[in-house]
Amino acid sequence: MTTDGIGAPLRRKEDYRFLTGRGNYTDDINRPGQAYAVFVRSPIAHGRIRSVDTADAAAVPGVLTVLTGADVAADGLGGLICGWMIHSKDGSAMKAGAHPVLAQDKVRYVGDHVALVVAETQAAARDAAELVAVGYDELPAVADTAGARGASSAVHDEIADNTCYQWELGDQAATDAAFAGAAHVTTLDLVNNRLIPNAIEPRAAIGDYDRGSDSFTLYTTSQNPHVHRLVLSAFVGIAPEHKLRVVAPDVGGGFGSKIFIYAEETACLWASKRVGRPVKWTADRSESFLADAHGRDHVTRAELAIGADGRFLALRAHTTANLGAYLSTFSSCVPTYLYAPLLSGQYKIPAIHAAVDGVYTTTAPVDAYRGAGRPEATYVVERLVEVAARELKMDPAELRRRNFVQPADYPYQTPVIMTYDCGDYEASLDKALDLADYAGFAARRADAAARGKRRGIGFSAYIEACGIAPSAAVGSLGAGVGLWESGSIRFTPTGTVVVHTGSHSHGQGHETTFAQLIASHLGVEPGNVEVVHGDTAQTPFGMGTYGSRSLAVGGSALVKAADKIVAKGRKIAAHLMEAAEADIAFADGKFTVAGTDKEKSIQEIAFAAYVPHNFPGDLEPGLEETAFYDPVNFTFPAGTQICEVEVDPDTGVVEIVNFVAVDDFGVVVNPMIVEGQVHGGIAQGVGQALCENAVYDTGSGQLVTGSYMDYRMPRADDLPSFKVGLTVTPNPSNPLGVKGCGEAGAIAAPAAVMNAVTDAIGQEIQMPATAERVWRALAAAPMAAE
Amino acid sequence: MTLTVSMTVNGKAVSRDVEPRTLLVHLLREHLGLTGTHVGCDTSQCGACVVHVDGRSVKSCTMLAAQADGASVTTIEGLAAADGTLHPMQEAFRNNHGLQCGFCTPGMVMSAVDLVRTNPDPSEHEVRTWLEGNICRCTGYHNIVKAVLEAARTMRQPAAAE
Repeated sequence: MTTDGIGAPLRRKEDYRFLTGRGNYTDDINRPGQAYAVFVRSPIAHGRIRSVDTADAAAVPGVLTVLTGADVAADGLGGLICGWMIHSKDGSAMKAGAHPVLAQDKVRYVGDHVALVVAETQAAARDAAELVAVGYDELPAVADTAGARGASSAVHDEIADNTCYQWELGDQAATDAAFAGAAHVTTLDLVNNRLIPNAIEPRAAIGDYDRGSDSFTLYTTSQNPHVHRLVLSAFVGIAPEHKLRVVAPDVGGGFGSKIFIYAEETACLWASKRVGRPVKWTADRSESFLADAHGRDHVTRAELAIGADGRFLALRAHTTANLGAYLSTFSSCVPTYLYAPLLSGQYKIPAIHAAVDGVYTTTAPVDAYRGAGRPEATYVVERLVEVAARELKMDPAELRRRNFVQPADYPYQTPVIMTYDCGDYEASLDKALDLADYAGFAARRADAAARGKRRGIGFSAYIEACGIAPSAAVGSLGAGVGLWESGSIRFTPTGTVVVHTGSHSHGQGHETTFAQLIASHLGVEPGNVEVVHGDTAQTPFGMGTYGSRSLAVGGSALVKAADKIVAKGRKIAAHLMEAAEADIAFADGKFTVAGTDKEKSIQEIAFAAYVPHNFPGDLEPGLEETAFYDPVNFTFPAGTQICEVEVDPDTGVVEIVNFVAVDDFGVVVNPMIVEGQVHGGIAQGVGQALCENAVYDTGSGQLVTGSYMDYRMPRADDLPSFKVGLTVTPNPSNPLGVKGCGEAGAIAAPAAVMNAVTDAIGQEIQMPATAERVWRALAAAPMAAE
Repeated sequence: MTLTVSMTVNGKAVSRDVEPRTLLVHLLREHLGLTGTHVGCDTSQCGACVVHVDGRSVKSCTMLAAQADGASVTTIEGLAAADGTLHPMQEAFRNNHGLQCGFCTPGMVMSAVDLVRTNPDPSEHEVRTWLEGNICRCTGYHNIVKAVLEAARTMRQPAAAE
């Protein structure tokens, strides 16, 4: 029996290769005969392409080809797609502007793809790209989210009001009626600032066409290689699906940005066949800033109606969501179905109504970034609740407690789609209050004031819906795909195990966690389990990793496969031990016969299955099982974060002096890995709240924050060590009892930080609360001296 | 036009003809096949490319290969013992879950080794300040800081560092 199974903080199996420089990332791969691609990108936000002259570029020594939008059109290459149909409240389908692989008539954001140079060396391709002469008739930029619908210029000519959809969720009449009768209404105007994901590995791709087999291989930085293959085959038309292999090797972080099917990897595949050579592209960080899908970018008016007894009556929100210049792969669902269904938070709110206008602008496409819609929802709910507590002069913990959904309420149907299945929100809150020493805050605030500093404390009692998702449910909401997962377990004749999963690990540690899972279920050592992922030629079709789904959905598929292994093993064991199948028990890797001392290890059973000299006549040889698992519900991780800050009024600098997170992720397989996920999520949430901000100049549409010099990433010296804790309510909706932990930190933290900052400075301020903004706010409206 | 550059990399003498504009990181990755050193940005900010040049940490994207002519360079591939035993800094990163996706890790480890060389007993604040030039998007730095502090403790004990 292993002691390194579920619940053990097992050190990661993948670490040795990463720590010794033996990882295998896409840019580390080089194919024989490889050529290099460099993109010519639009230097302007919006304009008609008058001419593209490639002659000088093509004449550069070493250049193999220069491809333009005209070549895309001539080859009949399909455009990039958005896989989720949203309908406006009037019933009309969303308006999706065409998204060509290389620009046809217009460019629509700075960084839009105009041409592709392929050359013998990257240096030659880069030199040649400089010589592609593109003539533009410039059009006005549309860079302001709130102003996009009324802008004079149309990003897509056929969509005059720059509006993709006007969507709504919830009962507007009931919500308005509740507001009319409320004792108190809290109103906030909130900007959820635009972010750039910034996985430290830039995106990269190698397209490799093999004429001998008439098939393609794509090596790329993907969170979901099968989804890449499906879209590239079915919609872009690169090749039939069985003639396209997608390999996502070691991937250096994703955070959503590597879910999507982009122009670059598509063009590398296409160019590879045209030049008859493998074609490699690796993004500069500057290109990542310009052309990776960005995140967030909401402008919202939010209101909370409260009764005289302090109970929530209704919530309404009107959000304008920036979708960028084109619809990215899943962009349409992020500010709709991944956002508004979370507006109930952890609370009983009888009526909720959300209206969302999705708008086009001349900026990079916006799509899912860690949390994807749920951070935006949490920011709305938890900022409203905190400000309401201040206005009502109530303790913010007490106001939350009074309105929490209670353990006896499950299953709890919210007014906005979701059915919460389990949780204990007060348990997380109480543990967080204890870890944060909330009782001692008043004294710490007084001490800070005596030193001329402003202390503030802020809560964020978040809930998220993850483990996405039941296929029928998301299908009914417009998803073009099912969101099940696959897994297979293959015993070798010598009793070791190879596991294939349709999930993909790009930092999450699946090779360890999934090995622990199999170890626990089949009674083998994790060291004897190899987890294979990220290659469409090896793994069964899988939907990939995002939405904190790998363990809840992919892990559940593996549990189902393990059950099948045990069921077959039981038949083999009954035959070998001459017992009735019903009398065979399986535990800790051993099949035993009830009431006897007879036993066979699972390794002995595996050997018998591959050397079936003495084997049940009606059974196939071998010991290998595959399972597909479609979840029955979303999962609902929830918890409380408490942030304490100290503000220096002379400089505006915000220092996080304490940060507590208590999460309920259900059953935890590897607590070390789970804590690491929480830490990283918090850092991204703190980054959004205090420093990160993607800024487009509203006049020119230029990306002002186009490098690490201007886009302020959180660094080691910006952050404290975090205090994290867990509470556990096992999830009744999947066989593992798990919920998912990948996004919680990023979902909850912005509200916790901003509640603390606004508490400290005594006024509202929008994210990011940079030193400059805080200083200006205090200079304009100084607090009364305490 | 090419230049001939010669140096010692991970204890081995190497010599290559390169374009004058070749950066040290490109010499390592493309000419020598040492892909453990990563490129994460183009403005010398992220630190994924940190190696040791004559024992000191250097962002290898910020140095021309020609500038390293005659130097002794150590990359992440050269840090562990010849038998594969991890350096105490690598071991501490593993033990404290100081890495997730692994992409910033080589630069982070090489930078941290130089910190402990110059400051054998750093405080948490000193570790955080030193690592300001290495960006990690996965860990929130929490476990990296723990790892560096643990490695510094280990490396202060001469017997354990052997």
